[in-house]
Amino acid sequence: MNKPVNQKAWLLVLPVLICVAFSSILPLMTVVNYSVQDIISPERRVFVGTEWFASVMRDRELHAALARQIVFSLSVLAVEIPLGIALALSMPASGWRASAALVAVALPLLIPWNVVGTIWQIFCRTDIGLLGSAIKALGLEYSYTGDATQAWLTVLLMDVWHWTPLVALLAYAGLRAIPDAYYQAARIDGASRLAVFRYIQLPKIRGVLMIAVLLRFMDSFMIYTEPFVLTGGGPGNATTFLSQYLTQKAVGQFDLGPAAAFSLIYFLIIMLLCFILYNWMQRLGTPGRADK
Amino acid sequence: MARIDLDLAHCYRPEQAEIDYALLPLKMTFSDGGAYALLGPSGCGKTTMLNIISGLLIPSEGTVRIDGRDVTHASPQQRNIAQVFQFPVIYDTMTVAENLAFPLQNRRMPTAQIRKRVGEIAEMLELSAQLDRRAAGLSAEQQQKISLGRGLVRPDVAAVLLDEPLTVIDPNLKFQLRRKLKQIHRELKLTFIYVTHDQVEALTFADEIVVMNRRRAVQVGAAEVLFERPAHTFVGYFIGSPGMNFLPARASATGVNVAGQLLATLPHRAVPDGELKLGIRPEYLTLAAHQAPGALAARVTHVQDLGTHLLLSAALDGHTLKARLASDVAPPQVGESVWLQVISEHTCFYQDEELVA
Repeated sequence: MNKPVNQKAWLLVLPVLICVAFSSILPLMTVVNYSVQDIISPERRVFVGTEWFASVMRDRELHAALARQIVFSLSVLAVEIPLGIALALSMPASGWRASAALVAVALPLLIPWNVVGTIWQIFCRTDIGLLGSAIKALGLEYSYTGDATQAWLTVLLMDVWHWTPLVALLAYAGLRAIPDAYYQAARIDGASRLAVFRYIQLPKIRGVLMIAVLLRFMDSFMIYTEPFVLTGGGPGNATTFLSQYLTQKAVGQFDLGPAAAFSLIYFLIIMLLCFILYNWMQRLGTPGRADK
Repeated sequence: MARIDLDLAHCYRPEQAEIDYALLPLKMTFSDGGAYALLGPSGCGKTTMLNIISGLLIPSEGTVRIDGRDVTHASPQQRNIAQVFQFPVIYDTMTVAENLAFPLQNRRMPTAQIRKRVGEIAEMLELSAQLDRRAAGLSAEQQQKISLGRGLVRPDVAAVLLDEPLTVIDPNLKFQLRRKLKQIHRELKLTFIYVTHDQVEALTFADEIVVMNRRRAVQVGAAEVLFERPAHTFVGYFIGSPGMNFLPARASATGVNVAGQLLATLPHRAVPDGELKLGIRPEYLTLAAHQAPGALAARVTHVQDLGTHLLLSAALDGHTLKARLASDVAPPQVGESVWLQVISEHTCFYQDEELVA
């Protein structure tokens, strides 16, 4: 086979390459650069090799933040995905009710992150907040600034409120794309409501659910603004997640070297976990792929 | 196996003005074991009628009876009807065998019996080799067979409804699948109702064809009847390729006046007086001798050689007549005047679009 060779085609890729270089590759290389040097002042810098990586790997606080982060992200997925699907299933399919439901569900997505934090800060106050005073009225002790577990649960609840709509909207779009004939065939086959969900709806929305899981996983793994505004990472370190820990290191303590090393590790962790999740979901529900 | 009686009308809206009806009042019987086709253009009410029979739709008026039992409000499962849709509907995550077993599992049939039934049906549909494969990976034709199989697998299925089942099938496989359907109909002796807008499919599959137009069934009959004596001008126009020729006519005691010429009608055909439409199929419109009785002069506008026959178009008083001529006759030249035999044994007369003679 003689393929025509035309190197000019590279010119077509060039604009994208330049954009990506400035937006991603160059900043990333700067981080790589920082991670292997000790920057004492702009003029004085020392090459330290993998020292920062080694010290970051031994950092107990970092391990704690990572563990907190993983538990938080998994909790987010465990709550938001089923809840989002349930919400999508209960939303009306057409007419003005569908539009009204869509707008109502989408509202939390339109609110800026830091405002979400502020809203929940007020919402959860026991003196003037609706939720806080309601819990207090039930006779329960509640303080998201004082109790570590409660702070953690409040952050989770806030994230569920903020991001479940995204899962619901994606699942809703997936559900609406299922042709009517499937439901009609299911009625003729005498399928129960549960069987319709298990064998028609769930397989048909698998694609959008995968996107929802990846988006929610990545976003929750990088969560910063909302807990920063709501709890400031406290009490103690109870709600200090990875990105906040990183920011403390880089901006608060100006330890650019360790922070850069840690960023790279962070980046690799997210890539690895997304890769595992993606492959696992690709296989899920498709047994016997080998026979094709 | 069942006889199906319809006496109903359907309207999707509550207002019930005639224009709102998806199906105008009709009475119809599908006899046990018959092969029927519902034929008509898009939007004529074919699918509505099918969905009413299967129970996916409840008619706004009237009743559906299966073997004399009123099932108007029974669910599709209670009616035990199989339906195949335009696009193959399969359960993606299941294997072929699981797909076929699904309706039986929903009825809680014992596993051993399910396996036996699935085996039988797969054998009949030539799917045995694919039983353990995932249904999602198969071709459209095989998927459509699975949809059909899910209907046939129930042991006491009352009727099989097919809603344009060959739409997404490859043209060269269409023929095979259609023959398979016909064969299954012969073997199982079930009532088959086949919806289509393709007259060839309808004519080759069905013993009886229900021609539908504008939300009503205009004629029910075998292919030959629809061809020879269309009960409605629509049937004449829709069945046949090209459709029937129509000419305005006025009948009186002395004969029929067509395009300014008075023609004598056949003595044994009583044609009522008044404004009529004369209809004759291109297949029966023949060349006649100059000034022959029952013939009219027309000017040839177009002659098409279709290999097996010639298609002649001729203008007569602003109307176009098409005639199918044997290819061995010497074709008339364009612009020439020819005499066409419009009155014959095969000529039909219509009043208000309905056949009168």
